[in-house]
Amino acid sequence: MDENVISLDRVSKQYRDVRALDEVSLAVPRAQRVALIGHNGAGKSTLIKLMLGLIRPTGGKVVVLGAEATGAGFIEARRAIGFLPESIVFPDGMTGVEVLDFYARLKRQPVSKNAGLFERVGLAQAARRRVGTYSKGMRQRLGLAQALIGHPRLLLLDEPTSGLDPSLRKEVYGIIGELARNGATVLLSSHALAEIEPEVDRVVALIRGRKVADGTMVGLRQASAALARIQVRLPEGCELPDAALVCAASHERRGDGVTEIRCRESEKLPILRRLLAEPSALADVEVIPATLEDIYAGILRREEAR
Amino acid sequence: MIRSVWIIAVREMRDGFRNRRVVASTLLLAALALTLSLIGSAPVGELGASRLSVAVVSLSSLTTFLIPLIALIIAHDAIAGEFDRGTMLLLLSYPVRRWQIIAGKFLGHVGILTIAIIIGYGLAALAMGLTAAPQESASRLAFLNLLGTSVMLAAAFLALGYCVSVVAQSQRAAAGAAIGIWLFFVILYDIALLGLLVVDDGRMVTVGLFNLLLLANPADIYRMLNLAGLPDIGRLSGMAGIARDVTLSPAALAGALLAWICVPLLFASVAFSRRQV
Repeated sequence: MDENVISLDRVSKQYRDVRALDEVSLAVPRAQRVALIGHNGAGKSTLIKLMLGLIRPTGGKVVVLGAEATGAGFIEARRAIGFLPESIVFPDGMTGVEVLDFYARLKRQPVSKNAGLFERVGLAQAARRRVGTYSKGMRQRLGLAQALIGHPRLLLLDEPTSGLDPSLRKEVYGIIGELARNGATVLLSSHALAEIEPEVDRVVALIRGRKVADGTMVGLRQASAALARIQVRLPEGCELPDAALVCAASHERRGDGVTEIRCRESEKLPILRRLLAEPSALADVEVIPATLEDIYAGILRREEAR
Repeated sequence: MIRSVWIIAVREMRDGFRNRRVVASTLLLAALALTLSLIGSAPVGELGASRLSVAVVSLSSLTTFLIPLIALIIAHDAIAGEFDRGTMLLLLSYPVRRWQIIAGKFLGHVGILTIAIIIGYGLAALAMGLTAAPQESASRLAFLNLLGTSVMLAAAFLALGYCVSVVAQSQRAAAGAAIGIWLFFVILYDIALLGLLVVDDGRMVTVGLFNLLLLANPADIYRMLNLAGLPDIGRLSGMAGIARDVTLSPAALAGALLAWICVPLLFASVAFSRRQV
């Protein structure tokens, strides 16, 4: 028995002349929030379609919620999956309530619980209006409400925050966090690297159908060549001793009296230790870890060099 | 299993009412039917064949053109359009089988068109019933026959529409193919057939082959069922000459029309199951 919610074993997908996925393996345990990052066409949507059993892999095996995604029994497993496709357009003539009722019935869930879902995504006021009158953000929220029908154990969200304003994005991540705390597994794809960084437990990067990175933010930083930044403010007239800067990749004295030291993640602590040991008291130290964008840019460079 | 089909069928019907499809089709059918039946009865005069019979002739000619067009307009968008809008991917992620989606949409669309046909032609019949003398039962039967076969004709072209909608890569491509299907079956096929008969002059085209050629077009089957079915009506329409040669029983014709519904529907289901999403 596989206890992972998602388990991909060397999965490949070949379209006519395009290799959309190349031997991707992935195991996602319960209640984890995973971000799938990569360019357009990197294979994110293909991966999600495979997990939904919408397409067959050309190689490897896809097991989701304990059932093989291409198997006959997977239809029933879909009842426990919530999916939000990218850029969805619901029929204009239907009201929000009608749209959600339709999807709840298909999942054999009582429509009486839909009012709570509208509440949750902040659409309660507009639920009885026609979808045609909705703004883009409201449509996206309706899409999210649809994905939440029936307390899914797995949520697959394709660009869940595209078209949403910042406060709404926060709300969406709030909902995702709450679901994960209640035991649901969430896999979301995104381009907004800065935005997802604090909101997920794990990041998986795809480039041209290959998995090129997989880990927690801390783990990715350790493995990455991306540099952390240490910003040091010195009292007036003091200079940073060269000894403190051994192993630093670079340093730069900025106009405002701050010296920025760039270093590999593994050198961060040794440099900090030396800095703090300096007798000339530091006025301030700030450590800025490499961001997901930095790490991803590093991965891209590495892949292009191959 | 059946519940999913029903849920989708109800959604399609509701959607049809919402986007005025039902209202538009009904009004179009009713307006044209009324016009045709009122004008069409004038040359016959009071002593000619029953007015309802005349109405059946003109209505069935109208139906052969209009119903396939309306059915194809609705059906060509059913799968390809939903893929374009992104809702098909979502629907497929639900616990629904692909044949259930086709079956549900088919039931919903047949429902929409049945309502449009019954109300549209019913209004025309009512209007005539009010102005005409009591009808003979044969005419009434012909009218019921007209309603039933019109629904079947609609169903056949809906099924053909799903075929192009499933195979097409976009809604636009599906629309083009649907127009092609309409042109072929409704306009070009009969012209080609008549041309063949004139040129051939009874040498190659035997009665058997001619019957087969008629069965190869659902619109012709429909015409045969309505125009050649009753002697009175057969004489009223230009089909009388041809109808003499048709040796097929109404049951065989109805069976063939049913096959024109089931086979494309089956093809659409299988092709949909194999379609890459």
